[in-house]
Amino acid sequence: MIIRVTNLRREFTVGIETIRALAGVDLSIERGEMVAIMGSSGSGKSTLMNILGCLDRPTSGTYELDGKFVSGMDENELAGVRNEKIGFVFQSFELLPRTPALANVELPLLYAKQPGDRRARAVRALERVGLADRMDHRPNQLSGGQKQRVAVARALLTDPALLLADEPTGNLDTKTSDEIMRLFADLHDEGRTVVIVTHEPEIAEWCTRVVRLRDGLIESDESVEPRR
Amino acid sequence: MNLSPRFILQTILLAIRQIRAHKLRSFLTTLGIMIGVASVSTVIAALTGLKEQVLSEFESFGASKVFIFPDQPDRAGQNRYPWREIKLKERELEGLVENCPSFEQFTPNTDFRATVIHGRKEVPNINVVGIWPSWHDIENRPVIMGRPFVEADEADAKPVAIVNDDAIAELELPPNPVGSIIMVKGRRFLIVGVIETNRTGMMSFQPEQTEIWVPFSTARRMQSPWSFFYVTGQVKSPDLVDEATAEVRYVMRSMRQLGPDDPDTFRVEAIDQYIEQFGKLATGITAIAAGIVAISLLVGGIGIMNIMLVSVSERTREIGLRKAVGATPSAIMLQFLLEAVVLSLLGGLIGLGLGQGLAFLLTIPEQGLQSASIPSWAVALAVAFSAGTGVIFGFFPAMKAARLDPIEALRHE
Ligand SMILES: Nc1ncnc2c1ncn2[C@@H]1O[C@H](COP(=O)(O)OP(=O)(O)OP(=O)(O)O)[C@@H](O)[C@H]1O
Ligand SMILES: [Mg+2]
Repeated sequence: MIIRVTNLRREFTVGIETIRALAGVDLSIERGEMVAIMGSSGSGKSTLMNILGCLDRPTSGTYELDGKFVSGMDENELAGVRNEKIGFVFQSFELLPRTPALANVELPLLYAKQPGDRRARAVRALERVGLADRMDHRPNQLSGGQKQRVAVARALLTDPALLLADEPTGNLDTKTSDEIMRLFADLHDEGRTVVIVTHEPEIAEWCTRVVRLRDGLIESDESVEPRR
Repeated sequence: MNLSPRFILQTILLAIRQIRAHKLRSFLTTLGIMIGVASVSTVIAALTGLKEQVLSEFESFGASKVFIFPDQPDRAGQNRYPWREIKLKERELEGLVENCPSFEQFTPNTDFRATVIHGRKEVPNINVVGIWPSWHDIENRPVIMGRPFVEADEADAKPVAIVNDDAIAELELPPNPVGSIIMVKGRRFLIVGVIETNRTGMMSFQPEQTEIWVPFSTARRMQSPWSFFYVTGQVKSPDLVDEATAEVRYVMRSMRQLGPDDPDTFRVEAIDQYIEQFGKLATGITAIAAGIVAISLLVGGIGIMNIMLVSVSERTREIGLRKAVGATPSAIMLQFLLEAVVLSLLGGLIGLGLGQGLAFLLTIPEQGLQSASIPSWAVALAVAFSAGTGVIFGFFPAMKAARLDPIEALRHE
């Protein structure tokens, strides 16, 4: 079991109103699964992902990641977990502007306890996503798909237990989306645990399991045969 | 938290890259600190040079000199003493010579303005100084040609004169003017000696170049009855200055028959008093300069704080991302703090460089300061204070950055 969340709630207070983004979610994910999280807009997908990625903390409930209770950790411990155990891929890539691909990929190792040979590790990660010939390119010299590959390489860098992606193909066309999904599928086939938030059924097709959210609760949870 | 030297080095490099990416903006931001540090370090350099120069001048002047001036005592509202009581008299000068054992020798000093004629050359308004033969020794001004004054010149009030070497050109005298005749205030004078012009002097303000010396007794006969003189005394050794001063006061007061409640009607000053006064003045100016640097660092610091706040706001998403990949709040804090420190330190160092350049320029002109350099304590202070400014004014923006919530930061437009 790599992820186990129980009775997870997350509430936001806006003015006098309280918004329940997550209303008691129980979810377990095994090592080596590739999970799609689906649901209509506002159903709480991103909120759940942010908590799984240790970027946000639940209002109540517990979260156990790779055998450790994350819910009780302080700010610094969470930063360590994000650095070592989690690779996050964002819809809008989040690359540092005016910074070469290689330096962008290296970034997590700046904050790592054991960075090793940063350059060599970053080069390997870029080779892994098929961008060996684009190391010195800046983000504005890369296509959308290439930018997302750089972001995936960055997420892979510290060899995390968990790869999280919130609508990673949301800004890409169908063909490029397929390429990115093939990359995620390959990473999954190598034994990594992947969780992807998506609206699109074609993206979910690549996964081994589909979890649907509705109004902050799990509506359905089924295993499926992945496209390969 | 892993704040290893490697991490700090990486962060400094990051700060430098960030500053280079915004060259103009960074330059304008640190301009305040730059100008402040440059101007203050120049002032301090000039002051240091001036101090050295003045002190060495005092030194050559002789640390063991005492001056006696006529002086109207400061007694607000009460009767003023008549000038003829205040004025020093020849008989008092004799009294000093006889009754002050701490002194090696004395010379009176007096002067008047006169038109000086040599042949057809006529130069108006030249300062003619009357002195005793001991003056050569006391002021360390020997003759370079001819002979110095001797007792007989003084005793007989001879019409003899010594000129400085500038007078040779101005009065169109022969290259060796000894033996030439000049007319001073309508009287014939024989030039008996030449003295080197004192050029390095900042203390000897000479509006004209020609100087003429005559025996004191001769000068007194040519002066108006209202003119006065002052006395320079050479103390046997510098540590006797206080004793010598007391002797002069005692002798003068008893000669003038001043009662215990009467103030001095003369003034006695030792050269070390001047040094002390100058020291106070220099310290005062340094303090003012320090005040200016404080203000300029404050203004520069506010500029840095402003630009750092802009930078944090512009780079909110970057901060969010850094946190998402594992940066702790203190790592983010350090990043922005170091950026502010590097920025202000850069301003301080460029300012120091400019100041050093300006200080060097001060030493170039002929009458300039011989040595004007920024003392090392001022360099250390400038570096420390500009770095401190970065820390103080970078703290709030860095804090703001460190406290950003990663998700909100990543959602920032
Ligand atoms: N910071 C916040 N402050 C207030 N409300 C929030 C905040 N973040 C999320 N919400 C609310 O929580 C609910 C769930 O939001 P969430 O972003 O998780 O939805 P989502 O499933 O990711 O939607 P989408 O598919 O549009 O991305 C929404 O109603 C949203 O308005
Ligand atoms: Mg979302």
